[in-house]
Amino acid sequence: MATALKSVTPLVREVPHTVSPGLWALAWKRLQSDHVGMVSLAIVAAFILLMILSGVGLVAKDWNLETGVNYAPPSFIGADIESGTPAAPEAQPAAPIPASEYKSSVVDPLADVLAEIRGEKGKAGVAAAPAAGDDAKTVDPLADVMADIKASGAKAGAKGAEVVAARTATLPFGGDKWGRDVLKKTIKGSETSIFVGLAAAVVAVVIGTIFGALSGYYGKWVDDFFNWFYSIFSSIPYLLLILAVAAVLQQKGIHTIILILGLTGWTGVFRLIRGEYLKHKAREYVQAADAIGASNARRMFIHIFPNVSHVVLVQLSILTVGFIKAEVILSFLGFGVPVDVVSWGSMLNEAQNELILGKWWQLVAATVAMATLVTAFSLFTDALRDALDPKLKGRMGA
Amino acid sequence: METKMNDDPLVRVRNLKVAFHIDKGTIFEAVKGISFDIPRNRTVALVGESGSGKSVTSLAILGLLPPENTIVDPASEILYDGKNLAHLDQATLRELRGADISMIFQEPMTSLNPVFTVGFQLTEVLRLHMGLSPAQARKRAIELLDEVGIPDPEYKINAFPSQMSGGQQQRVMIAMAIACEPKLLIADEPTTALDVTIQKQILDLIAALQKKRHMSVLFITHDLAVVGEIADYVVVMRNGVIREQGPAKQVFEAPSDSYTQALLKCRPQLDRRPVRLPVIDDYMDGRTHGSRDMSERVRGVNAADPIVLDVKNLGKNFYSREGLFGTRTFEAVKDVSFKLPKGKTLGLVGESGSGKTTVGLTLMRLHQATSGEAIFEGKDILSMSAREFMPWKRRIQIIFQNPYASLNPRFTIGSILTEPMEIHGIGTNAQERTDLAFELLKKVSLPEDSFYKYPHEFSGGQRQRIAIARCLTMKPDILICDESVSALDVSVQAQVLNLLQDLQDEFGLSYIFISHDLAVVKYIADEIMVMSEGKLVEIANSDDIYRNPREDYTRRLLASIPKGWQGGRAVAGTAD
Repeated sequence: MATALKSVTPLVREVPHTVSPGLWALAWKRLQSDHVGMVSLAIVAAFILLMILSGVGLVAKDWNLETGVNYAPPSFIGADIESGTPAAPEAQPAAPIPASEYKSSVVDPLADVLAEIRGEKGKAGVAAAPAAGDDAKTVDPLADVMADIKASGAKAGAKGAEVVAARTATLPFGGDKWGRDVLKKTIKGSETSIFVGLAAAVVAVVIGTIFGALSGYYGKWVDDFFNWFYSIFSSIPYLLLILAVAAVLQQKGIHTIILILGLTGWTGVFRLIRGEYLKHKAREYVQAADAIGASNARRMFIHIFPNVSHVVLVQLSILTVGFIKAEVILSFLGFGVPVDVVSWGSMLNEAQNELILGKWWQLVAATVAMATLVTAFSLFTDALRDALDPKLKGRMGA
Repeated sequence: METKMNDDPLVRVRNLKVAFHIDKGTIFEAVKGISFDIPRNRTVALVGESGSGKSVTSLAILGLLPPENTIVDPASEILYDGKNLAHLDQATLRELRGADISMIFQEPMTSLNPVFTVGFQLTEVLRLHMGLSPAQARKRAIELLDEVGIPDPEYKINAFPSQMSGGQQQRVMIAMAIACEPKLLIADEPTTALDVTIQKQILDLIAALQKKRHMSVLFITHDLAVVGEIADYVVVMRNGVIREQGPAKQVFEAPSDSYTQALLKCRPQLDRRPVRLPVIDDYMDGRTHGSRDMSERVRGVNAADPIVLDVKNLGKNFYSREGLFGTRTFEAVKDVSFKLPKGKTLGLVGESGSGKTTVGLTLMRLHQATSGEAIFEGKDILSMSAREFMPWKRRIQIIFQNPYASLNPRFTIGSILTEPMEIHGIGTNAQERTDLAFELLKKVSLPEDSFYKYPHEFSGGQRQRIAIARCLTMKPDILICDESVSALDVSVQAQVLNLLQDLQDEFGLSYIFISHDLAVVKYIADEIMVMSEGKLVEIANSDDIYRNPREDYTRRLLASIPKGWQGGRAVAGTAD
């Protein structure tokens, strides 16, 4: 049937009428009266706006620029006299720092080892690629990747041989190992993290909803099939499954992470949506739709779906929170975003080394950003659930 | 007991005002300052339609209103035994609740805990409130079960609620309620969820217990016919105010309030069949009573009536898995045959589980028939493939019981009405379909702007009209009404029945009217088919079946219809 899945939008006839609030409008009204929910929504919206702005290149476009000295401390602390003066060896390919000088950074227990490596690196660097940029490498397995990055960086003009001449001693919220602005890096990182979280949640919810709808609506062997599939999926430990998918997909990249999280995260949505469909398909309005001759697909997606969509929406936001955290964990473990992409996870990954040096600002920046968003998102999800399902609040109907 | 000496009422409700916070800033006044007495050793019936505040009143007496959003006016008084229950602390109330005042709820299936035996639940009450030892409590529980008429109580005390019928569960609830010998028993629609034969038994039981134990009973119901059988005093409520109160005799025989009069008249009577049922507005507007058409409508089918649907040997089995490989067959409908004449109404009555709804759903092909055929215009619609059936589908339509569940809450009324036309290609373009939808809205007496509204903005009766309009968009020949007016208030019921009758007169529709309410079926049906346990018991013209039922089962069914006011109980009115 051609009209099978077209939702019905009747023509308008000129009758004086007030616009009636639909259920969504009523839910929005309830949400508006929830102050915590609205504040959380504002925070989430701000983060998403930041993500979009950063995505289109309006904010933090030059995050890759090494504007400060290495490990530049935050401005409110003031320049670090001890480590602020000498430039890091990476940035000075032509003049590798002698091992002895490196040793002088007191707190580093690995100073010796580092110095040794640096010495070798420096030698090789001079010989092999003096003009290659800021890093010299001999045994770097990621050499190709780095070359790509540099190439693209050079093209974009964000980075290259003509890098900033004058590096500042401090940055608003400090600098990382290469002297990049942590604040900008965090913004760029949130772009990745939020995008991965949202996109993966959408993938998971779409898969879970379609499977759940088919399973719950048709029942019988279709239900059996999906239940088996679900049981197998959920019997494998979660992290192991993620690693397995990561290993199968082989390449690293944002899309891979989205797929990994999406393909492993649909099970909860599936179970809920299946239950909702089981419940709704026996409802009288669905029987009524059957009686007027609506096809299966029409009943499933035009009639039932809008009535379970609030569950989908709540699941979407719960999963987004979960996936933002999952991305951080994955990146922290090294299965996450590729090296040329910054995310909160990769920042935390770097931070574990920095912390030993007492450079806490990157850790704090990423953690605060993530905690703020995740808390706001969770509170918003709660408010959303209350608004969409007012019965939960236990209010007595009139 | 001391009732004769003590003329003070047991409970004195004075100026009770209850309001609820709907949301910030909105307050809904559920009960607007009512006063009435519950005398000792008497049954008081609180009658009203939905939203009248009758249940809120009973909950206020029990102190069971949710404290977080309820406002009980400080001037309200519910005096019981010198205490004002309206402003008592929860601990004292709790003590009173089990021992002095107890309550029976509407739905016995959900009021008992399914994971404990009835004996456990009954002895728990006895041990908590009466301080009996386990052995004593058990003995007392068996006595109580015996008293409420549970057969073989020594065995049944170990049964789980699911192993009992609905009527037996309600008896257990009553046993629990009277376990601590309360002075006041509040019964909130205790028979609404039960079949008419069971309802009769439960009403008799409550009346007998009231006499025997010298309790007072506050009986809450929407059904005046039930009230007539049980109450000494009647309080009629509407929209949170008392319209009329007095001894049952006075309220039934000489109602002074127009609303009470309307309630008494709107309900279809067994002995009369006016062309149109009077509706509440007729009385509330103060229209002259003589102007209404009081002539009787003639019902019945003749052999000469053209037959539109011929059902032969219809059967429907349900299968459930049992054990690892076995299946158990449940025959919901067995060998049912009937003919539906054009433009007439076939009433389908029976108790729950009799298979009457299954017949309707099977004819709609919402269930697949196991055997038998249904000949519609020369073709068997039951054996067709789904594709073949499509053009026939629109010609048999159904109106469901619950108007709150049968409309998709996410669709506007406009979408609900135009969707079937779009699916079946009725009307050449969207404009035509829209015009038709507006026409139908007018036909079912809904304002035009309903087209843009959502179902939640309408009351139950209005929603049922929308459901009827949706069926009419497909111009059906047969309309199956599955308990279509059962969930509606008496006044609204009359309006919908009148609408259905008007439509039948205008379009020559044939109805299959499924209902457990024998008075309604008697009013609307030309022919009545009685079903029991999936089998057809008897089928005959409706007047014949009420006048001389052939089968025992039919006779029993008819005998249990609440008769309303029949001169009342001996004690009624003596207080005046």
